[in-house]
Amino acid sequence: MSVFSRGFKGRRRDADTRGRLPPGQYLVRGFPVLSAGPTPRTPLAEWTFSITGEVDEPKSWTWEQFRALPSETITRDIHCVTKWSKLDTTWEGVSVDTLLAGVETAADYVMAFCDGGYTTNLPLEDLSGGKAWVAFAYDGQPLEPEHGGPARLLVPHLYFWKSAKWVRGLQLMKDDSPGFWETYGYHMYGDPWREQRYSGD
Amino acid sequence: MDETQLRLDGNAAAGLLQEVFVHELTSARGACASCGAVAEVGAQHLYMYPQSPGAVLRCSACASVLLVLVQGGGHLRLALPGFMWLEFREAGAQAG
Amino acid sequence: MARAAVQRRLSWRLGEVAELIDETPRVRSVVLGVAGWPGHRAGQHVDVRLTADDGYQAQRSYSIASAPDTPERLALTVERLDDGEVSPYLVGELRVGDTLELRGPIGGYFVWDVGMGGPLLLIAGGSGICPLMAMLRHRAARGSAVPTRLLYSSRSLEDVIYRDELHRLMATGKGLEVFHTLTRVQPPEWPGYRRRIDQDMLAEVTWPPDLHPLVFVCGPTPLVESVATALVQLGHEPGRIKTERFGPTGG
Ligand SMILES: Cc1cc2nc3c(=O)[nH]c(=O)nc-3n(C[C@H](O)[C@H](O)[C@H](O)COP(=O)(O)OP(=O)(O)OC[C@H]3O[C@@H](n4cnc5c(N)ncnc54)[C@H](O)[C@@H]3O)c2cc1C
Ligand SMILES: [Zn+2]
Repeated sequence: MSVFSRGFKGRRRDADTRGRLPPGQYLVRGFPVLSAGPTPRTPLAEWTFSITGEVDEPKSWTWEQFRALPSETITRDIHCVTKWSKLDTTWEGVSVDTLLAGVETAADYVMAFCDGGYTTNLPLEDLSGGKAWVAFAYDGQPLEPEHGGPARLLVPHLYFWKSAKWVRGLQLMKDDSPGFWETYGYHMYGDPWREQRYSGD
Repeated sequence: MDETQLRLDGNAAAGLLQEVFVHELTSARGACASCGAVAEVGAQHLYMYPQSPGAVLRCSACASVLLVLVQGGGHLRLALPGFMWLEFREAGAQAG
Repeated sequence: MARAAVQRRLSWRLGEVAELIDETPRVRSVVLGVAGWPGHRAGQHVDVRLTADDGYQAQRSYSIASAPDTPERLALTVERLDDGEVSPYLVGELRVGDTLELRGPIGGYFVWDVGMGGPLLLIAGGSGICPLMAMLRHRAARGSAVPTRLLYSSRSLEDVIYRDELHRLMATGKGLEVFHTLTRVQPPEWPGYRRRIDQDMLAEVTWPPDLHPLVFVCGPTPLVESVATALVQLGHEPGRIKTERFGPTGG
């Protein structure tokens, strides 16, 4: 048990957000940078995006090919497991549906893999049906390296660690397997509305 | 702002590590299993809550993950994926 | 006995605010009385934990600025970041008689005591002076004459933390030299440096690497990063440069 600190309120946790703030979250105005390692800086000429693993034919795009794919503008709320949320963030990206079009697979799960060695696992279902994108712009500007540029996964309905920065591809898997934070104790699914932060939640 | 502005020194994790270890860990020496570099834990690069979902200690020579500590949900999970060894100084060998 | 090698598991303890000292317009020292405080080494820090009445908690690290030579009392010196969560509370809200939850002392790496000798080279930016001040106060309390140089970067003269005390330590002690640089505003006829710490300044102020000084660098992460890099370029052994990054704080 701890003692209360007279007069300490902490960051506001009760802003008027008409039910848009998941439990335990507070609103931020800025866009905090989260970092668990060095920021990779892969030249666009060397960048590729691949679909690998349980697929009949792996796919791969160069940056130019990737940027030639149809893209869309997405406005969503995002929720970080470190407890900040940000409303109405605007992104531009390629829908994962577009990337998976024509891919034959028996997989139910996906491991997103990234420059710098980061990984995160998701059910394939959560990446399809207009729920996930590979985003290359934020607020009308090319995505900055500290926010995951040149491209990051955007899966706004799950905690933001699932929206892997510096993403380079999706490995399709038959069985679920933990990524980086999931290995070290974070939740395999990570639904902010059910407060699935840690593996036991 | 990039990660070089967010990172700390391993020393900043000392409070967290003392929840787990009986020895003072930040003055222990450790060898990186990836590149072999030897340094005190306190001198490695650290990324820590709230700027990172958990404490991640990385080799300051090659950036490999040496240690991860995640605290939450009533558990504290410690992983040591990158140390070849850790060496602690024994307290003075008083007769006794 | 084998047990001597094992330290007690760290636990949270309560300090009572005994005194508050305004150091600069943005910086305040919090002097705490802590019953049963086991003592500390100069350079160590504590973790401070605040709890709101709905149970919400925030935790941050603060260096111990007082010398190890004052039992059951310790001083933290905190700089207020206007958009911060914890520092505005410690600098603005805390009153004498309030309790503060803390654990420590913490860290066995960024420490110096007189027995480690010198020469001692201390480089600080802003509130990064705090753990180095503990070293200087400890050095003075022990009457040590270890050759010591401090290079201290502040925004303006009024932002210099412990200005009078540093002056006094230099005037009364032996072997201590203090160099100031003011990065934003300088008074007329300011004799010190007027820019951010750079390699040329370090070359002028520091001892040559072949004297093997023990180096401690502390402050906002960008400052620590650039000073440590410049020192290595000047030929100092990386293994003798100890750093304490405070995070992305301004200054
Ligand atoms: C070992 C150690 C010792 C320390 N000793 C001292 C000391 O003696 N004195 C002292 O004053 N401080 C010290 N610090 C710093 C201290 O722990 C706090 O970080 C500092 O007081 C700020 O806390 P805060 O809650 O006020 O600000 P926070 O709420 O943590 O915010 C800090 C600043 O950084 C910005 N920021 C935070 N996170 C991000 C992000 N992810 N992306 C972008 N911007 C971000 C915020 O906007 C704000 O400007 C020490 C730190 C360490 C690690
Ligand atoms: Zn290494």
